[in-house]
Amino acid sequence: MKFLYAAYAVTWIIHLVYLGIIARGYSRVREDIRELEK
Amino acid sequence: MRTKLTIFGLIAFALLSYGLYQAMIVAPTEATMGNVQRIFYYHVPSAWTAFLMFFANFLASAWYLIKRGPRADAFALASAEVGVVFCTVVLITGPLWARPVWGIWWTWDARLTTTLILWLIYVSYLILRRYSSGGQTPVLAATLAIFGFIDVPIVYLSIRYFRTQHPQPVIAGGQGSGIDPLMLKALLINWLAFLVFGAIVLWVRYKLERARQQVEEAHALREEQQYEEKPLINARAIR
Repeated sequence: MKFLYAAYAVTWIIHLVYLGIIARGYSRVREDIRELEK
Repeated sequence: MRTKLTIFGLIAFALLSYGLYQAMIVAPTEATMGNVQRIFYYHVPSAWTAFLMFFANFLASAWYLIKRGPRADAFALASAEVGVVFCTVVLITGPLWARPVWGIWWTWDARLTTTLILWLIYVSYLILRRYSSGGQTPVLAATLAIFGFIDVPIVYLSIRYFRTQHPQPVIAGGQGSGIDPLMLKALLINWLAFLVFGAIVLWVRYKLERARQQVEEAHALREEQQYEEKPLINARAIR
């Protein structure tokens, strides 16, 4: 069962890390837009 | 966009939860492999979703080469990135399934090797996009993507045309292939769930890339305006 749980856990870790990278990208773009508006 | 995203996010969450329930509780335990076979319900849908993302990348790249529009370029980049994420899941869940069943983490058979090559092709595509500068980068990336997509049918057909350690296809695999209807149901629900989830991530990533393109355009425009206000060469100094 440990391999099964590891596979399911790794799948969601990969997806969550990627979602985190996208969220960081959005916050950087928002910062850029704020600077452009100055 | 936020309301739509919340609605689709909730739909994806419900489908993924139902898929997990189907995979862990409803689907019967496989006779020879036991519970570890349930990795199948994440491994196979992730592979199919990755293939679809690479196909979307192929179409967007071809469209970009024809029309040269920034939307096609952004969509190509987003689909390649999401495809690589799903392909990474395939390449990690595969060995986690192989180790208890085959006794080895990896073997250089046709299916595993071509899948690794596929992953490397799209990682190199993303590296090209990230570190190459100059106006021709999207054109070069689109060309690489079109040639890179050739590996997708090779991966798909590798277990049909070569003798591999990887199991033969259980769906559309010809005589003797097939799975229990409850297993098939769990597989298809999980595929639908990952497809919806993947489509949402693709959409969010596409929107981010479009916003980045617009910010870059605005920066370029601002620089242009500054040059107009302050000429690079002082006219008085020349006189």
